[in-house]
Amino acid sequence: MGKTLVEKIWDAHVVKRAEGFPDVLYIDTHLIHEVTSPQAFDGLRKRGLPVLRPDQTVATADHNVPTLNQHLPIKEELSRYQVDMLTKNTKEFGIELYGLGHPYQGIVHVIGPELGITLPGKTMVCGDSHTSTHGAFGAIAFGIGTSQVEQVFATQCLLQSKPKTMKIEVNGQLQKGVGAKDIILYVISKTTAAGGTGYFVEFAGSAIRSLSMEGRMTVCNMSIEMGARGGLIAPDETTFEYIKGREFAPKGEKWDEALAYWKTLYSDQDAQFDAVLTFDAADIQPMITYGTNPGMGIGVSQNIPTTAAQPDSEQPSYQKALDYMGFADGEQVLGKPVDYVFIGSCTNSRIEDLRQVAAFVSGKQKAENVEVWIVPGSKQVEAQAKAEGIDKVFEAAGFQLREPGCSACLGMNEDKIPAGKYCVSTSNRNFEGRQGPNARTMLVSPLTAAAAAITGKVVDVRELI
Amino acid sequence: MKKFEKLTSTVVPLPIENIDTDQIIPARFLKATTREGFGENLFRDWRFDNNNQPKTDFVLNNPQYSGQILVAGKNFGCGSSREHAAWAIDDYGFKVVISSFFADIFKGNALNNGVLPITVTEEFLEKIFAQVFADPNAQLVVDLEAQTLTIAATGESFEFEINPYKKSCLINGYDDIDFILSHKAEIENFEQTRPFSFYR
Repeated sequence: MGKTLVEKIWDAHVVKRAEGFPDVLYIDTHLIHEVTSPQAFDGLRKRGLPVLRPDQTVATADHNVPTLNQHLPIKEELSRYQVDMLTKNTKEFGIELYGLGHPYQGIVHVIGPELGITLPGKTMVCGDSHTSTHGAFGAIAFGIGTSQVEQVFATQCLLQSKPKTMKIEVNGQLQKGVGAKDIILYVISKTTAAGGTGYFVEFAGSAIRSLSMEGRMTVCNMSIEMGARGGLIAPDETTFEYIKGREFAPKGEKWDEALAYWKTLYSDQDAQFDAVLTFDAADIQPMITYGTNPGMGIGVSQNIPTTAAQPDSEQPSYQKALDYMGFADGEQVLGKPVDYVFIGSCTNSRIEDLRQVAAFVSGKQKAENVEVWIVPGSKQVEAQAKAEGIDKVFEAAGFQLREPGCSACLGMNEDKIPAGKYCVSTSNRNFEGRQGPNARTMLVSPLTAAAAAITGKVVDVRELI
Repeated sequence: MKKFEKLTSTVVPLPIENIDTDQIIPARFLKATTREGFGENLFRDWRFDNNNQPKTDFVLNNPQYSGQILVAGKNFGCGSSREHAAWAIDDYGFKVVISSFFADIFKGNALNNGVLPITVTEEFLEKIFAQVFADPNAQLVVDLEAQTLTIAATGESFEFEINPYKKSCLINGYDDIDFILSHKAEIENFEQTRPFSFYR
């Protein structure tokens, strides 16, 4: 019987398999950042162990960094201390750091791909659940906890049980104004926020194939929001084209060797998945979330489902979510006023996202009632945006183009949405308090966010393009 | 890691679904660089209002309920991979979390910190909630060796599943690093004999 893509990559990384034990899985690349690594470095010191493969470990500062005046010392004391600890720890253990001020600094899941560190067939981990992003290249990539960060430091391996596999096919042509973010929000609205738990998901089908690498990253990024360990897409010409020539991508003979191997990375025709879901791209509208988990999404022109329509046992939690959002059963989200628009995060802060937003807002002005923050995913994205004059478009529209970091996606730095305010956001989580205590988040695509910025309310972007 | 012993305790009921790790420990409390002290901010924004006053309607502020076992609705621990969530639960004093469904990463993090996540059926979860709401002093007995969870008052018992390796780690207080390091020669052999040179 044939193998799925996940099985091919997984099996090629098993160092030791024994009955009754999880596999010892070899990790090719370990990405780290300031928030989930300090306790792991401490653990190594207590055990008297080195980082086994510092040259397979890459660090950046992203979660906790300010997005204004990055050239100045970080004002907030605890944040500064945490970022300083990363500098000290990476120096002590011999790990490359793309810290503040470095031209490669940025959100860990943006810099891996853009530097050619993320490659098909790799196993990659990071102490961050959105590590699934890298699966867009046909890699097994998943988030881990800090104890596991310490394991990978010490052994370059993880103890992991082989996951179940799920295929999600999206076939057909997307409507105008509908993109990768809408696909994944739609899928999660169908699977629920727990529907992928225990699985590694392979995204396939013509609508997925037609996406750029940026779009594929957006889809795989949010695999975790349906509970999946990771998501991945078989590499193809789009993938190879994106990787070729990037800083750390293989070159010359190594490129040829790599390419020959990468072309074998697909699920065999007769491979068996533990679950298969199929969707029609034409059914997907611009999506928006109205609740407090990413599964609570609807097409922007649809009404909020009623509490009575939910299973009995789930009604209290559902009602709690609507109360938090200040929404009522059966209401329309269209026309709801918006206070903040956040365009950024590891889901949607790449150059293609910024280009798309700029193309839409060019020559337009933001609505008076809205504050708009654009936070590029990396210094390289920021530099590219400036080189293309995109910064001028944003400035003219009244948007703030900030410096790279995770920013208002999780509100660890000072970029917080005030209590009770509505934020239309291109990020990945609408949990209570995620963007600031009592902040209300509605997840959307960059295009829908741009439309909200210009009109000051939730609108159907299809009517504006 | 500390050893997991047989436990008899009252429980704290939290019948809410999809409790994500941002609720368990909000991001603004992730700035510490040690593992200690997260318990005081466990469920911070459900426990305290904007003026840092306890919200009296939240279960952790209800003196009727206490204990080393937290019982919650399905899909507990979804969202962010932050192990700080497991540290906060442990630091607050919980040794066991019971739900009908756990998110993968949280489950692994809990096990790596000596906190036992027990998955029960929806029916058994309902039984526990019913028992605890009828009598806040109701006790549960957790026997990891036998893999049983028992409602003390009624004797109703549930046999739960756990990976045998993780079970032995909890009972003996081992962690994964000790185990993987025992395979170091195999790791080095893997590195030297793998066919591809382009990943390093």
